[in-house]
Amino acid sequence: MASISDPENYYAEFIKGIWKENPVFIQVLGMCPMLAVTNSAINALAMGSATFFVLVGSSLLVSMFKNVIPKQVRISCYIIIIATFVTVADLTLLAFVPKIHKELGAFIALIVVNCMILGRQEAFSSKHSVKASVADAVGMAIGFVIALFALGAVREVLGNGSLFGYSLFGPNFEPWVVMILPPGGFLMLGLLLLFFNWIKEVRERAEADLDATYREEVA
Amino acid sequence: MSEELEPRAAETEDASEPSSTRLIVTLSLAGLLSGLILVGAYELTLPRIQANQARELREAVFKVLPGTERFQEMAFVDDNLVETEADAEEVVYAGYDQDDELLGYAIPGEGAGFQDTIKLIYGYQPDRRIIVGMEVLESRETPGLGDKIIKDAAFRKNFLELSVDPEIVPVTEKGAPNEIDTITGATISSKAIANILNATNERWLPRLEGSKPNDQQEEK
Repeated sequence: MASISDPENYYAEFIKGIWKENPVFIQVLGMCPMLAVTNSAINALAMGSATFFVLVGSSLLVSMFKNVIPKQVRISCYIIIIATFVTVADLTLLAFVPKIHKELGAFIALIVVNCMILGRQEAFSSKHSVKASVADAVGMAIGFVIALFALGAVREVLGNGSLFGYSLFGPNFEPWVVMILPPGGFLMLGLLLLFFNWIKEVRERAEADLDATYREEVA
Repeated sequence: MSEELEPRAAETEDASEPSSTRLIVTLSLAGLLSGLILVGAYELTLPRIQANQARELREAVFKVLPGTERFQEMAFVDDNLVETEADAEEVVYAGYDQDDELLGYAIPGEGAGFQDTIKLIYGYQPDRRIIVGMEVLESRETPGLGDKIIKDAAFRKNFLELSVDPEIVPVTEKGAPNEIDTITGATISSKAIANILNATNERWLPRLEGSKPNDQQEEK
């Protein structure tokens, strides 16, 4: 938490969203789009980009206007700002990539209620400078895109035998249909969370060991 | 300034409770700005969105009526098929080949699928009374199972020469010209397609029969 009190450390604000405080793997936020639209890599990327746009835009505006917005109506204001960005993203996707828009369907509009986005406004942007907020939002959004893409790519490869629509294993591959169905989403997300927590634990243990040896040497 | 002279009431109020006017003004302003942005975004994207939809429909018509060079929107008014320009409620698309001969009609239909309404369009040749092609325009069937109705090659083959008499029957093994093979794992979606086709046929085939396509060509 030391990084937050240091207003100049934009790099730390940026990098924490990707790994240390990854919105999906560590904070376990934004599960609705995470599970619903990750049945293919391209859908996951489109959802990630839309969320990126909304999160960064909202953080920028919220941190700009944080002193103007009275505390009592701040949540409503955040929601208005977020919803505006979501609608713009919705229309843009519909106009330029109608096929992807069709696949994502209602989940684009549901970005409004992605708790990760409102969470960043309330926890970060409303208390920090514009630059720090944007750095934080970009980091968090990239962390979210990485998580979505990891899940989407794995599910598409296993469940459809393809990546970005290109067949990987030839016609004889029998896809694990369950992977692109909702249960596959839960299963894969669980495995990914397990993997990330395992890495975290291994690292912490290594650090603790290092600490212990260091102390012994000093003593 | 004058408020600060009354620290007892005003200062505490100022810190914790801004006047409701200020709250209302803030929210209204936010709403107004948001509205302006949305109107702008809508206006900017609308032409493209409409062009996309029109193109999608055009491509679908050409796909379900192979050999079509141009098509004409037709509406059913007063027991007759008439050409229409405006977006009438119920239209079919008459497709013509390069010699301006009527090839058949592309008929849009919709009905309940497994999860949500399925919208489709299919090509119909009135002289042979067969369906010559079918495209799903909109559906929310289960990914990996029901959505095979859109792309599954074997299933699509059903609609290349499908007799509409007496009606379309979904079966597990196609034997007769009016039967379609259902997809394993997507039985409900496959049957939904058959039901939509039958319902739309029931509504449109008598109309298409009643009006003579030759009359239409003379009018041109």
